[in-house]
Amino acid sequence: MESEVLKVEKFGAYFGDTQILKYINLSIPENMVTAIMGPSGCGKTTLIRCVNRMHELITGARVEGRILLCGEDVYKTNPILVRRKVGMVFQKPNPFPTMSIYDNVIAGYKLNGIRLGRGELDRIVEESLQRAALWDEVKDSVHRKGTFLSGGQQQRLCIARALAMNPEVLLLDEPTSALDPKATSRIEELIIELKEYVTIVLVTHNIAQAARVSDLTAFLYLGELVEFGPSEKLFTVPEDKRTEEYLTGKFG
Amino acid sequence: MTSRRKSLNSGNPGAALVAAEAAFTRGLYAVAIFVVVLLTAILVTLLIGSRESLGTIGLGFLYGKTWDPVSSEFGALPFLVGTLLTSFLALGISLPFSIAIAVFLGEYFREGALSSFLRSAIDLLAGIPSVIYGFWGLFVLVPLVRSLQLKLGVPPFGVGILTSSLVLSIMIVPYSAALGREVIQLVPSDLKEAALSMGATRSEVIWKVVLPYARSGIFAGVLLSLGRALGETMAVTMVIGNSNFLPRGIFSPANTMASLIANEFAEATEPLYVSSLVEIGLLLFIVTTLVNIIGRQIIKRTAVEV
Repeated sequence: MESEVLKVEKFGAYFGDTQILKYINLSIPENMVTAIMGPSGCGKTTLIRCVNRMHELITGARVEGRILLCGEDVYKTNPILVRRKVGMVFQKPNPFPTMSIYDNVIAGYKLNGIRLGRGELDRIVEESLQRAALWDEVKDSVHRKGTFLSGGQQQRLCIARALAMNPEVLLLDEPTSALDPKATSRIEELIIELKEYVTIVLVTHNIAQAARVSDLTAFLYLGELVEFGPSEKLFTVPEDKRTEEYLTGKFG
Repeated sequence: MTSRRKSLNSGNPGAALVAAEAAFTRGLYAVAIFVVVLLTAILVTLLIGSRESLGTIGLGFLYGKTWDPVSSEFGALPFLVGTLLTSFLALGISLPFSIAIAVFLGEYFREGALSSFLRSAIDLLAGIPSVIYGFWGLFVLVPLVRSLQLKLGVPPFGVGILTSSLVLSIMIVPYSAALGREVIQLVPSDLKEAALSMGATRSEVIWKVVLPYARSGIFAGVLLSLGRALGETMAVTMVIGNSNFLPRGIFSPANTMASLIANEFAEATEPLYVSSLVEIGLLLFIVTTLVNIIGRQIIKRTAVEV
């Protein structure tokens, strides 16, 4: 495989005594879309929240093993620095309602107290919104509050906000689960376009979505990584029986 | 064709239901209107009571600096200034504390023994009778302020604007802190998560996400406590010095509208004297209402649309 951006090694995660993830090994290559698929409660969201160390914010959370981001162990790095290098988009669009569209895009810089010149900020805002395919729709209203946008637009604003920090990896946690079909397909197209700039990890419970947008797919079941490989192969000739059963709708 | 279904109107409980519903609605209307009537009645009583001074003194009442019942000279300015000065100073002193408490209880220590102990301690502050605050101010704060005044070389009255503001600031903390805590707890956690996921620290999340989101609710709490400060009588009267002259600074003894009424109403015999005191009450009523209206506008303007 090509150079890997993210490497998960012998990784386990817990809430108190409950084990959420069991001994996960995963290599995520650069500039590809990797889908993490599985039924509710299988630990897929926990897995990506371990990558940017959001998992540990909940009391009782604990992990074992390693996650390497560009070769560096994220659990030996300050979480603040890790999170600046890893963008995250959540299930429900969550732009900051107190900020304008412009300020939302550069929120990462503002929150971290990074000062940039006006020209530089303008460039980041335009470029990020363009990459998130939102620029044409909002370019005349970037200084208005983002709350008048539709759900799909708000989610693309959140993607722009994550892209503005120039992350190594973009984590998408079921980004279309709160959106209508039309907005969903816009986001899916966008995901495919974005892999030119950033490595994407997409959590989804939607099998069709994983098949449509991903290059690689990991199937997670009950905290275990059942199968991981090129999406075409996994969706056509799965190796594991559980994968096949999930794909054919026997459970999940 | 005969239907096996019963008619919709069979058994007809409809008329009774509609009547009961109408009676319920009328009851609600009556209670709501009663509150308005009460408010109007208070205003009218104040207006009638102050008729004499309104007629004799007129607008001069508002900017008159002298309050001298012996020579029948009545000017409200010293008390207007005294009330606004003590209240806003108290607000300024209490605000950092109440916001800090609200953030601490709303964001850092939401649960657990320490949190609930602190919450009830603060609620208890709101329940202490104001005369006790007055006592405490008299025995503890007055000597403290006096020694501060001695060090600064100003006349060591001890009592005065600053002392009352300090007492008031403690009294109003629970109001703004309790409301602030509630609105801070209501800040959606997905916004905080978004900020955290971009590498913000906890304090950055509070300054740049939580407080901006909660600002209108925090302001509502401030307004509530300001209303309390404007009208507080007993505790203020005990430590303000009851001096009916225009205050010259924060160390000077002064008087507030509420405190003046409480002190002098019993000894007022002249009709114009009584009427002037009632007009002071009317003025306090108007000031409180104005502060409320302005505050509401600010709350509306700063509210976050979601």
